[in-house]
Amino acid sequence: MEQFFGFAFTGLPYGCTYALVAVCLVLTYQATGVFNFAFGAQAFASAFIFTWLTQYKNWSGFEAFLVSVVAMGPLVGYAFDRLLFRHIANSNTTAKMVCSLALLVGIPSLLPVIFGPQNLDATATILPFFNPNVVYFTLAGQPINGIDLSAVSVTVVVLVLLTILLRYTALGLQMRAAVESRRLVQLDGVDGNGVVAVAWIVSSFMASLAGVLFAPTFGAFTQDDYVTLTVVAIAAAAWALLRSLPIAAGMAVFIGVLTTVLQGYISPSSFFYATILPSLPFIFLVGALLFLPKMRELDASRDPLATIDPPPPPIAAASRAPTMNRIIRTLWWIVFAGFCVSMLTWIPDSWTTVFNNGLTYSIVLLSITLITGMAGQLSLCQATLAGVGAFTAAQLATHLGLNLLVGGLVGAALAAAVAVVLALLSLRLKGLGLALMTLAAALLFDATFFNETSITGGPQGISVQAKWLGTSAFFNFNGHAMFLLSLGVLIVVVFLVLLVRKGTVGRNLAAMRGSETATAGLGVNPSWQRIMVFALSGAVAGIGGLLHSLEQQVVSPTDWNADISLVLVVLVVTTSVTTVEGAIQAGIGFFVTEQVLTTVLPARIGGSSLTVVLFAFGALTYAAHPEGVLEYQKRRHTMRFERLFFAKEAEAEERKAARAISTSGANG
Amino acid sequence: MADGDHLLSLRGVCKSFGGIQAVHSISFDVDAGESVGLVGPNGAGKTTLFNCVCGQLRPEEGDVVFDGTLLNGMPTYKRARLGIGRTYQKVEVFTDMSVRDHLMVAERARRGEGRLWRDLCNMSNPTADEKERVDATLELVGITQLADISVNALGLGNCRLVELARALAAEPKILLADEPSSGLDLRETEELAAVLRTVQRERGTAVLLVEHDLSMVAQVVDRAVVMDVGAMLAAGTFDEVMANPEVRNAYLGQVDAV
Ligand SMILES: Nc1ncnc2c1ncn2[C@@H]1O[C@H](COP(=O)(O)OP(=O)(O)OP(=O)(O)O)[C@@H](O)[C@H]1O
Ligand SMILES: [Mg+2]
Repeated sequence: MEQFFGFAFTGLPYGCTYALVAVCLVLTYQATGVFNFAFGAQAFASAFIFTWLTQYKNWSGFEAFLVSVVAMGPLVGYAFDRLLFRHIANSNTTAKMVCSLALLVGIPSLLPVIFGPQNLDATATILPFFNPNVVYFTLAGQPINGIDLSAVSVTVVVLVLLTILLRYTALGLQMRAAVESRRLVQLDGVDGNGVVAVAWIVSSFMASLAGVLFAPTFGAFTQDDYVTLTVVAIAAAAWALLRSLPIAAGMAVFIGVLTTVLQGYISPSSFFYATILPSLPFIFLVGALLFLPKMRELDASRDPLATIDPPPPPIAAASRAPTMNRIIRTLWWIVFAGFCVSMLTWIPDSWTTVFNNGLTYSIVLLSITLITGMAGQLSLCQATLAGVGAFTAAQLATHLGLNLLVGGLVGAALAAAVAVVLALLSLRLKGLGLALMTLAAALLFDATFFNETSITGGPQGISVQAKWLGTSAFFNFNGHAMFLLSLGVLIVVVFLVLLVRKGTVGRNLAAMRGSETATAGLGVNPSWQRIMVFALSGAVAGIGGLLHSLEQQVVSPTDWNADISLVLVVLVVTTSVTTVEGAIQAGIGFFVTEQVLTTVLPARIGGSSLTVVLFAFGALTYAAHPEGVLEYQKRRHTMRFERLFFAKEAEAEERKAARAISTSGANG
Repeated sequence: MADGDHLLSLRGVCKSFGGIQAVHSISFDVDAGESVGLVGPNGAGKTTLFNCVCGQLRPEEGDVVFDGTLLNGMPTYKRARLGIGRTYQKVEVFTDMSVRDHLMVAERARRGEGRLWRDLCNMSNPTADEKERVDATLELVGITQLADISVNALGLGNCRLVELARALAAEPKILLADEPSSGLDLRETEELAAVLRTVQRERGTAVLLVEHDLSMVAQVVDRAVVMDVGAMLAAGTFDEVMANPEVRNAYLGQVDAV
């Protein structure tokens, strides 16, 4: 028994920090409708700065705490609200999710850009009277030091203060009312925006605090440690139905304690210890999504005033002068032909690689065009599906000597199967629920299959050899052969995507984006449509994954983990998730930008990190330009060009449309 | 009695939300090709009843029988394929889609089509036959000139017509229309009534019409059913029902006051 309590007490400090973040998630979701994936990243950012100040600048823990938590936390929260989330309060779930995912991807990449890469080793505690190196007492045989004590005591104090704020103050009452309807609160003469701002400030402060309390429990820490923090908090929030603060906090502590208790009792050499234990948070998350029926209704608006929102303003009928269309199409073909010829002739090897990387990435990104652009759902495991394809082909080639292209098809089929299983598991889920389910799947793969040396060949991966492509290494396999191969596959995939989009399934999916109720009411089975597009998307991702790994000459688990899945979404959302050009521009744009930045900028800044930050910034505009900010700019400029040169023709087109609308019904 | 005699039969359908009995033990029938009005004041439970028939909601008690098939527990899309079409009180159009595409979705869905491999083999282009039928429906509802315009550019009135056309494109045996005239002006309402009559007479489609505009109901329906706070108040021919003192009290009294 004493042993049990000993294990349990070690888990408490973890559980407490998890609880803080879980409470943040529920609080902001309730008050603002935003599920902020980025709290874990905010926690990491605070811990990063806290440790940087104490470790390299010799600040005391308390001073660093004032800057990195007391000042930075609320400031960041306020900025998020004022600059970002306030403007998208009434936009759809996908837009809100994309914004918070962009922050989740952008913040950790921004830190090394500003501070340079750092080795972080947190040893300081925030409170001067708790010394991290002193064991204050032993509890059930466990030494309790200053780090443990400060984590637990600070969490308890903060949660008590939050309870008092919500229960016994006027502001708390307004916050609870804002949960029902922000607009209702405003009608009562309360500053609804003010209430929401307070929710952001309070929760960001708590996230920062959690980050700083969490870091010293590890000592040396990296961004990956904060993935666990995020996922446990999300799982706990899900079990609280994103509604109850006490249940969220309690569940978070429970998961923290359960982890250390299991760690204590299970032999470290067992399979269970290596595989199941790291997946515990994901298992909790998947469990909540599968077994709590209320999680299916997450996106249903509970706002009693939602129906009084004015309908969106009618968009001017898209008109474009036919001459303009012809010019654009011709230009496009000229550029394309020029690119192909250049790739095969004068472009140096270093840049051939960049473009090949871009082309193969584009194929993976097209799988997102299918799911997000066409089905309107956010999948956060596309890199995992790509990895399934790549690893399958590589394993088949290593062990059976199977031709890589044949293996690629098998891999694509397997990836499609995984996608179908996911679609079946999440049939009833959409929006946030589906995003969480796919995220859990990606992390589960990272912790299990992709962590298994016999499958992935360890962290350095399996080297992929061109000779596996068959006949004398595909006629002297080099950058040019790779270019032709990826271009060919890309063209095929583009055609398939276009065919699906203009076909019955594409039309049904477009209809479902507009109104799933009405689509089902016409006789379309929405689940079946979704399963089919998931399968196709999985297959496309699998093939793209293999080709990209072939270009890299290695399949490594870090190329296809959950982080990359998030980056992929951010990339394609910036250019355009609804068009095939969007995916291609994102793929090529990413690698070209990265290459340019790494060449131009000093190594300290890190070109790859900055590239991710830039795209994350682009993705933040998703709510304003759901067609993609690049696509938006493109349209704006072609419009301007058109007005300049083809004004008459465009006007005629527009007038024709306007006339049709104004005379409708007159001859019914 | 044999349910085969009626196209749609409701038998003691009940649905409540928490404490509210939105629909309480409603029973009535609609015959093939018949036009029935479902009237009642706001909150009477008309839309809820529609949702129970179409499967968006599951009634707690009672049976819904359509064309000899017991619908209980059947998903919405299967009910639609049996021949139940509807329009929505709160318009449910497909944003960003052209009017013609709305009808194409219905045209294909009716036959349960939508297989991925056909799309991938480029075998899903609209056939001449399909195009013709879609054009005919557009013509019938009188929105031919809107065919290639995105619904985003249309006003509420036109969206209602698009919904009607979309429902008709699936060639349902019964059309449930939920306040199709709200948002239309007087002239448009009259045209709509004419369309509904044509649909009923020429295509033999049964119509179950929810409508607050009683003059329009009078023009369109053969029979009427009156609901109030979830319960059925009266049923019979339109004039009979309107003469019923209880109905006058619950429904017309309110209209007079306005
Ligand atoms: N999803 C729901 N949750 C809770 N209550 C509901 C729901 N849908 C309807 N109700 C309630 O059920 C009752 C019947 O509503 P319903 O929309 O069916 O009425 P209606 O006859 O269509 O009215 P109207 O003429 O205004 O359209 C109302 O009291 C309404 O508030
Ligand atoms: Mg209604």
